[in-house]
Amino acid sequence: MNARMNFPAKPTPVPPPRVVVTGAGIVTALGAGWKSNADGFRAGKTAFRRVTLFDVSRHRAKMAAEADLPEQMPATLLSARQSARLDRASALLLLAAAESWRQSGWNPSDDIPLVLGTTSGGMPLGEDYFRQAVRTPRLHRRQATRAFHYQAHAQGRMVLDALGLGGPVTIISNACASGACAIGQAWELLRGGAVERVFTGGYDVLSEMVFSGFDALQALSPTCCRPFDKNRDGLAVGEGAAMLALETLESARRRGAEILGEIIGYATTIDRHHLTQPHPEGNAAVAAMSQACAGAGLTPADIDYVNAHGTGTLLNDDAETSAINRWAGERAATLPVSSTKAGVGHLLGGAGAVEAVVCLMALRGQWLPPELVLETPDPACHFPLVTQPRDARVNTVLSNSFGFGGINASLILRRWS
Amino acid sequence: MVMSRIFVSGYGAVSPAGWSAVDLQRILAAGKSLPIHLLERPGWEKRLRSRPVPAPAARPAFLAHPRLRRSSPITHYAAGAMLESLARLKPDSSRRVGLVVCLQSGCVQYTHRFFAEALADPATASPLLFPETVFAAPASHLAALLENTPLVSTLIGDPATFAQGLALGAGWLRQNRVDLAVVVGAEEINWLRADALWHLDHAAIISAGAGAVALCRDAALSAGVELSTVTKPRSYSARLTRRQAARAMREELRPLNGELLCDGLGDSPRADAPEIAAWQDWIGPRVSPKTILGEGLMAAAAWQCVAACASVAEKRFSSAIASLVGCNQQAIGVRFRTQDKVLQR
Repeated sequence: MNARMNFPAKPTPVPPPRVVVTGAGIVTALGAGWKSNADGFRAGKTAFRRVTLFDVSRHRAKMAAEADLPEQMPATLLSARQSARLDRASALLLLAAAESWRQSGWNPSDDIPLVLGTTSGGMPLGEDYFRQAVRTPRLHRRQATRAFHYQAHAQGRMVLDALGLGGPVTIISNACASGACAIGQAWELLRGGAVERVFTGGYDVLSEMVFSGFDALQALSPTCCRPFDKNRDGLAVGEGAAMLALETLESARRRGAEILGEIIGYATTIDRHHLTQPHPEGNAAVAAMSQACAGAGLTPADIDYVNAHGTGTLLNDDAETSAINRWAGERAATLPVSSTKAGVGHLLGGAGAVEAVVCLMALRGQWLPPELVLETPDPACHFPLVTQPRDARVNTVLSNSFGFGGINASLILRRWS
Repeated sequence: MVMSRIFVSGYGAVSPAGWSAVDLQRILAAGKSLPIHLLERPGWEKRLRSRPVPAPAARPAFLAHPRLRRSSPITHYAAGAMLESLARLKPDSSRRVGLVVCLQSGCVQYTHRFFAEALADPATASPLLFPETVFAAPASHLAALLENTPLVSTLIGDPATFAQGLALGAGWLRQNRVDLAVVVGAEEINWLRADALWHLDHAAIISAGAGAVALCRDAALSAGVELSTVTKPRSYSARLTRRQAARAMREELRPLNGELLCDGLGDSPRADAPEIAAWQDWIGPRVSPKTILGEGLMAAAAWQCVAACASVAEKRFSSAIASLVGCNQQAIGVRFRTQDKVLQR
């Protein structure tokens, strides 16, 4: 089948095909791989430390969730030269991609589109470019390489080469909703009958530029990231990547593939209130959750857990609290909610993808990821916050991602049994 | 089953030629390269060649919108092109407008300023600058200018990504999720971006601006142009060179009689070689906006599409191809043709 992301496209099949996950890869500050992350998220571990990647001595905040890269990268089709050139963002992306690819059992192909979400791609390379251009303007060594590889599509191209892919690469940069929007767009491609398989996910790497930006906005917590805590004082940034192998149920069954879960709903909306501040009542967030549910034929009563965007900032959590309260209505009183950003920080363009994988873990393991750092739940929350590790019956979960600029996205995943 | 047909309801451009698609067409028709401005590069006596966007003849009314008060030039260019692409339609707040903004370098001016401030002293770096550095910022501002925008997305990539934006917008229309889909490609200029381009291609002349193509499903809204084809994206990889991708794209677009080719050739023999090879057998008319306007990256891809649309809308050609052979990601071709011709088929 051709990877037809072109025009005119084939008519949308009726009913649209079901979309399942047959591969998942993840790397965060909790570690590289499904197991270390599942263990960490289930236990509610936190993975923050003083930033070592750049100097934070003059910043207000000092902590972030840095990922540790393994000494050896997974074996791929990259040449020795390409492997030697891997920047940090590419390495994180490759770790997640290789794990997901291996699990999916897919073979190299020219017909698998790659849909990625990121906010800043290889920003540290751009920073290096800037420093050299300003401090030693007559020195041009390595500048061309930096100018090429800092672009997000260079990382996408690296994934193609590493796995033997040749399909179209789409990079979505809808700020902190990028990862969720990438998965959502992949889901829509599959539902539209354009393709049978899509490789998708999100990634972002810690960079001085972005850390400084959130610090300048005084959005970073100088203490500890505590989403939905009454005394919360900001977010913490993290880094990492997650990749999902999505395919139609028919394709997965034909291959006899192991199915990790199903994506049954997605919606995206735009909050035009302000560039960086959400509408105080979370109107667009309500719309995203409602539309995702409606598309899946569900009501809030059918949702067993909400993985909140939950950054830990006053304004975001206020707006999301209001939105969940309004959207869930009476169901809110018994609807478990948590934010896994309490453990691994805000992964920006990677957040939506990483949190989708955490949801898959919860669905597979039948547990809820807790926020152990939560001390005093915000009384505005009409919903119970998950504060201790616990097993639970989890069949359907909703994951929120909201971004700078107002893009809101909600994904709904279902347990496969 | 019947395929949904997609039409072009309007187009707009901000370029070194001026603040309208008419200016763009006038300069392209004249066929004379615009003058080069030299950008100073701190610490190096070599100055960098550029073709900037001239100041508008009058301050655009949209700049009075509060959301655009602190926005950077890339948003101004994008807004100018987007609003021009919608201008021929009567305002209708019930009309759902989808918005796809395509960028390669993005908001480089504020990024440069903010990072310079952060390196100097992060404690005093301006919190007003940082949000404007985000790739999604222009789309957010543009959405705020419109009344009813249910779907908004920002795509980043090399210039052929503009064609992906057209395919995405067409998909939204096919699914009846929007009534109009505006696809905008934009870039802005500063010495850092010019320096980066120089390192990748010494011959290129940097430029800035934006282009927009508004798509619709309702033939009554059409400007007389139909989006006929967006080819399959051909990604460059270890297995497919840029030259091979360009050739494959060209082979998918069988030439039609009386067709215009809006190619992506610029001033760089090395960078242009794959596209020259792909179209070496082309004997029809062609226009090369980048040789006149400069290397506008995503904006230049948008100008190619706007020029193609305009040539069909003005009935100078019955169809036109925009050949988007991106610099380092993919090759995609787009064909626009007259609405009447297709209806008669």
